[in-house]
Amino acid sequence: MSKNIHPDHLFSLNNRVDAKDGKLVLANMIWVIFALFIGGSAGMLQTFIRAGMFELPFGIGYYQLLTLHGVILALVLTFFFIMGFQIASLSRSAGAFNDKERLLGWIGFWMMSAGTLVAAAMIATNEASVLYTFYAPLQAHAFYYIALAVIIIGTWFSVAGQLMRYFRWRKEYKGHKTPLLSFMASVNNVMWLVCTIGVSMSVIFQYIPWSLGIVETINVSLSRTLFWMFGHALVYFWLLPAYMSWYVVVPKVLGTKGFSDNLARMSFVLFLFFSIPVGIHHQLTEPGIDAFWKGLQVVLTFAVIVPSLMTAFSLFAVFETHGRKLGATGILDWFKKLPWKDARFVLPFLGMLFFIPGGIGGIINASGQMNQLVHNTIWVVGHFHITVGAPVILTYFGVMMFLLPHITGRKITKQLNNMGLYLGYTWTFGMGLMSAAMHFAGLRGAPRRSTFSEYGGADIAQEWITYQILQAVGGTFLFVAIVIAVILFIQLMTGPKTTEAEEFPVASMMDQSVPTTKWVENWRVLIIITVFLLLIAYTMPITQMFTENIPGAKGFKLW
Amino acid sequence: MHKFEKIWMSVGTGSLIIFLVILGVSAVHAGHTPAASGIETINPEYVREDTRFAEPGLHESEDEEFDYNLYFVASAFSYEPSEVEIPQGSRVKVQVATTDVVHGFQVVNTNINMMVEPGLVSTYNTNFDTVGEYLIVCNEYCGVGHTDMTSTIKVVDGGAEDNE
Ligand code: HEM
Ligand SMILES: [Cu+2]
Ligand SMILES: [Cu+2]
Repeated sequence: MSKNIHPDHLFSLNNRVDAKDGKLVLANMIWVIFALFIGGSAGMLQTFIRAGMFELPFGIGYYQLLTLHGVILALVLTFFFIMGFQIASLSRSAGAFNDKERLLGWIGFWMMSAGTLVAAAMIATNEASVLYTFYAPLQAHAFYYIALAVIIIGTWFSVAGQLMRYFRWRKEYKGHKTPLLSFMASVNNVMWLVCTIGVSMSVIFQYIPWSLGIVETINVSLSRTLFWMFGHALVYFWLLPAYMSWYVVVPKVLGTKGFSDNLARMSFVLFLFFSIPVGIHHQLTEPGIDAFWKGLQVVLTFAVIVPSLMTAFSLFAVFETHGRKLGATGILDWFKKLPWKDARFVLPFLGMLFFIPGGIGGIINASGQMNQLVHNTIWVVGHFHITVGAPVILTYFGVMMFLLPHITGRKITKQLNNMGLYLGYTWTFGMGLMSAAMHFAGLRGAPRRSTFSEYGGADIAQEWITYQILQAVGGTFLFVAIVIAVILFIQLMTGPKTTEAEEFPVASMMDQSVPTTKWVENWRVLIIITVFLLLIAYTMPITQMFTENIPGAKGFKLW
Repeated sequence: MHKFEKIWMSVGTGSLIIFLVILGVSAVHAGHTPAASGIETINPEYVREDTRFAEPGLHESEDEEFDYNLYFVASAFSYEPSEVEIPQGSRVKVQVATTDVVHGFQVVNTNINMMVEPGLVSTYNTNFDTVGEYLIVCNEYCGVGHTDMTSTIKVVDGGAEDNE
């Protein structure tokens, strides 16, 4: 059955991820587990190599390994998780997919799988050691670019199915506000469709013809700008599913209501507006772009502080009101009342804590002047490991804790719950240590994307090594955490079946019965504003890249 | 909106605005605009034939605003010159161009840090006020020899009399 869930029954206990949709979700999640193991192992090796404590056998290169790590974790793991979780969220909150919608999901899944395998083969054969950002004019094998395009287009199919599912609910229950989780997934999906257009055009019309030898040169500035128009939105594409869990799932785990439906929707809409017209903050120190446009995009970047503050407020408002309901008094007593023994809460909560230094680091990076100091140092790597590598990933883990048994008809046993706690604490310790060391080394000037080197015996390089060793210690803890994670996830799917499946927690909101702010669900308005901001931020810089006669660049294979 | 929410959001948005004003004033008034901005083209295949980069290194500047022009050529996997001496206190216009792929020109322990892309010249204006040896690295992946790309700037005593 693929009926829409009636607006009055959105919080009925019978709502669950449909069995057929569940298979699709599970297929995506199995890639997540696999990617975690491969990518995480690569990460650990990188920390040892960078510290000068290990050398790769069989002629494998450091940058080959780093390409694998970036692609497998930043793209493959996240894409499969996001598709899987969003499909589950829609099925749970709006109702089961119909055959056509689900078929689109499967087509997407198979395209993403095929793309991943081909990209992996190219990396394995050392044809594509260009890192996951594939900056021209380093030139990989054409199949690598084709594979990446197929992965992205695969996500479009899956997203199309999800959007159809959402709009089918909306059509039947015109005038009702859509289920919050389904709305959030749709915002993320629309943002994704808009931000991937540029990078796909770049791959299809620039990289593929150039790597096939059909054209000789490539416009480097243009390719980088189109990449980062996607590259920054990508980080919000990772993050918004974590926010879905923070806003909607976590309050239910506490056994309470979410803070505000309206606030949650509003913050998602602001993320939609301000995720895309800001990519140039990754290009602040590069030629080819006028200072004015860099400055404008810096200002737009800071706009996301507003929804971030809204999110932080509403989360802690939920925690505090909940604690007080349980009898907490004084200023911070409520903190003790939180469910510290429940992995479904602890995992995302640890993630939220990481987001405090993570957000501060983001403000530093985006400030033009400070960016100058940290750009392309290992500080940046430290930064994204305490954003995507901790808040996002830990929240994904927290979701998998209940989603895997929910779909496979099992429950989280006490023992598995404890494993989840160990996973959270080990990961937090390892990532905390590794990232802190990266931040400090970066402030002392250590470059990112760099294998072990003594830099001709320079004194400063000697200092960097100490921090590298700390990173290797962190990397070791992270590897332990990954082993725990893999065993845990497999057990969550294969343990003894139970009569009742684990719940997929969905909270109602304190203002559940209040209608939404007027234009928040008016998709035409939302898309117009999104595209309008995009055009303001990018029309001129991109036009200049075409009109200023910048000489094109031939390809190089320097690895 | 809840009262606390109002306070929280106003304090947050208020500090955001103050912060942006500081950034803006620093950029416009103190000249701290992003490095390498703007478009100055160069053919990557003929960098060494170009008058600007024919002899990389330190040259007296004809421009009032600077004492010297410092030219670096970046190519996989080295910088030219591989060492340069600069008199303390010099006002220098640093320009870098690449003959092949993208490189990241970073002078450790200074504010000089910019991308170098084929087809474009990257420029940064700075003063070398502190005597010492500064390591230059490449901080954008450019191939197997990426970490071999180094050079040194030696800021040396004296010679700064003429910049009053
Ligand atoms: C599991 C433990 C992990 C370890 C030990 C680890 C370690 C590392 C190290 C040492 C580097 C950088 C090295 C360099 O710049 O030379 C790196 C880069 C990176 N990591 Fe991780 N990492 C881990 C997990 C993750 C996760 C979960 C993600 C994202 C979901 C992630 C995404 C990235 C990305 C995107 C890069 C940059 C690649 C590039 O510069 O091309 N890592 N990681
Ligand atoms: Cu960004
Ligand atoms: Cu390099």
